[in-house]
Amino acid sequence: MPVVRLRAPLSELAGGNRELELGGSTVGEVLQELEREHPGVRGWILDEHGAIREHINVFVNRDYGRVDTAVGENDRLHVLPAISGG
Amino acid sequence: MTQLLVGTKKGLFVLEGEAGSPFEVTSRAFAGEPVEFAMRDPRSGRWLAAVTSAFYGPKVFYTDDPGGEWEQAAGLELPENAENPLERLWTIVPAEDDDHLYAGGAPGVLFESHDSGLTWALNQAFWEQPTRPEWSPGAGGMCMHSIATWPGDPARVALAISAVGVWLTEDAGKTWRHGNKNLYPRYMPEEAREDTLTLCVHNMHRAPTQPERMFMQFHGGVYRSDDAGESWTSIADGLPSDFGFPMVLDPADPDSAFVIPLVADMDRTTPEGKVRVYETRDAGASWTPRGDGLPQEDAYLTILRQAFCGEGAGATMGLYFGATSGDVFGSGDAGKTWFTAATKLPPVHSVRAA
Repeated sequence: MPVVRLRAPLSELAGGNRELELGGSTVGEVLQELEREHPGVRGWILDEHGAIREHINVFVNRDYGRVDTAVGENDRLHVLPAISGG
Repeated sequence: MTQLLVGTKKGLFVLEGEAGSPFEVTSRAFAGEPVEFAMRDPRSGRWLAAVTSAFYGPKVFYTDDPGGEWEQAAGLELPENAENPLERLWTIVPAEDDDHLYAGGAPGVLFESHDSGLTWALNQAFWEQPTRPEWSPGAGGMCMHSIATWPGDPARVALAISAVGVWLTEDAGKTWRHGNKNLYPRYMPEEAREDTLTLCVHNMHRAPTQPERMFMQFHGGVYRSDDAGESWTSIADGLPSDFGFPMVLDPADPDSAFVIPLVADMDRTTPEGKVRVYETRDAGASWTPRGDGLPQEDAYLTILRQAFCGEGAGATMGLYFGATSGDVFGSGDAGKTWFTAATKLPPVHSVRAA
C-alpha cells in the first residue's frame, strides 16, 4: 500500500504516526482514507470541497501531486507545508 | 546625523537623528501606499522608492528631495505576452558602473537602468530562462530580493530569488547559471532535495573586501560561500534558530555577518519573546547575541527581509532594523548596544540608511 509521511502537527493529529500505510489509488483517495482512520486530520490537508489546501504540498515520491494524481502500491506521499504559506 | 528611509505598509517615512536617541520623522511620502523598499544612490544623490499600490500596481519613483515631489520612473513592466503582470519590486541596488542600477522584483524579474533610475528595461536573458515555467514562489511571491555586485567588476553579479535559489553571471547579465550547491531545502521530500529548483533564499550578501565570500539566510538555514556563490556551507550552529529573513555584513570585515533569527517558518517571531541580533566575526564558526537595549520580555516581533541595514563600517558601524510592530531600533556601535529610534509606525517593510 502507499505510504503517507507526515510531520508535526499533522503526525500528532494522526495518533503520533509519522508514517502510515493507507489504501487508495489517487492522492485524494489516500488522504480521504487518512481522514477516515484518523478523524483528527479532517480539514487540515483537504478542505471542505476535498481539495488540497492552498499552502499544503503533497508530493508523490519526488513530484508535486494533485488530488487526482495516481498513486501506486510502492509510492510515498509526503505532506508538507508549502513555503508560500507563512 | 543619520537619515533612515523606512518603507512601511502605509507610506515612506524619512527619519533623522543621532545614534543613541529617538529619531525624528522629517517627512512622509506615498501616504497610505505600501512602500516595499527605498534607498539613496550615493553616486547620484537620488532617492528611489518601490511602491506597490493596491489599486495601481508596482511603480518606482525617484526624487532629489524626499520631502518634495517624486517622479515616476519609466519602463518597469513586463512584456505583453507575460503570463502574469509585474507584482512587486523588492530591491534597488547600485551596479558597479556609472549611472547603472538594478531592480529585482516578482515574478522573478531583473530590471536595469543606465540613467540613474529614470528609465528601466527588463534583463531579457534572465526573463527568458528556459526553466522559468517550473519556478515556484515563496510566501511573498516569486521575489528577487538580493542583488550582490562584485566590487570593481561590473560583469559579475549574483542574484537570489525566493524560491528559485541563487543565480550567477560573469558577463554582465548576458548569461546566467545556478549557484545552489549544498543548499538543503528541508521543506522538500528527501528524494527531491538534490536537484530541486525550489530553493527559498531569504537574503544574500557579498563581503566587499573579499568578494568570493558570501553569506545567506535561507528558509531554514544560514550559509556561507567561499567560492562566490557556487557552493554553500552551513554556519547555523550556535543560533537559536536557523530561520529568519534579513542579514547585514560589516563591509570592513569579510568574516562578519548579522542575522535576526525567528522561531521557525511556522512561527515567524523573535524566539523566547526576546529581540536579539546575532553577530559572527569568525565567518559563522560562532555567534554572539546582541540584545543590550532591545526588548527582552514578551516581545514577539517579525522583522522582514529588507528591514535591516548597516551604515558605515567597523566598530562604529550603524545597524538599524524595523519590525512589523512599527518599531525601529538602532545601534551606533556595531550592535553592542541598541536604542529605540521610532515606535508606532505602520508595519515596517524596509529600512535603509541614506
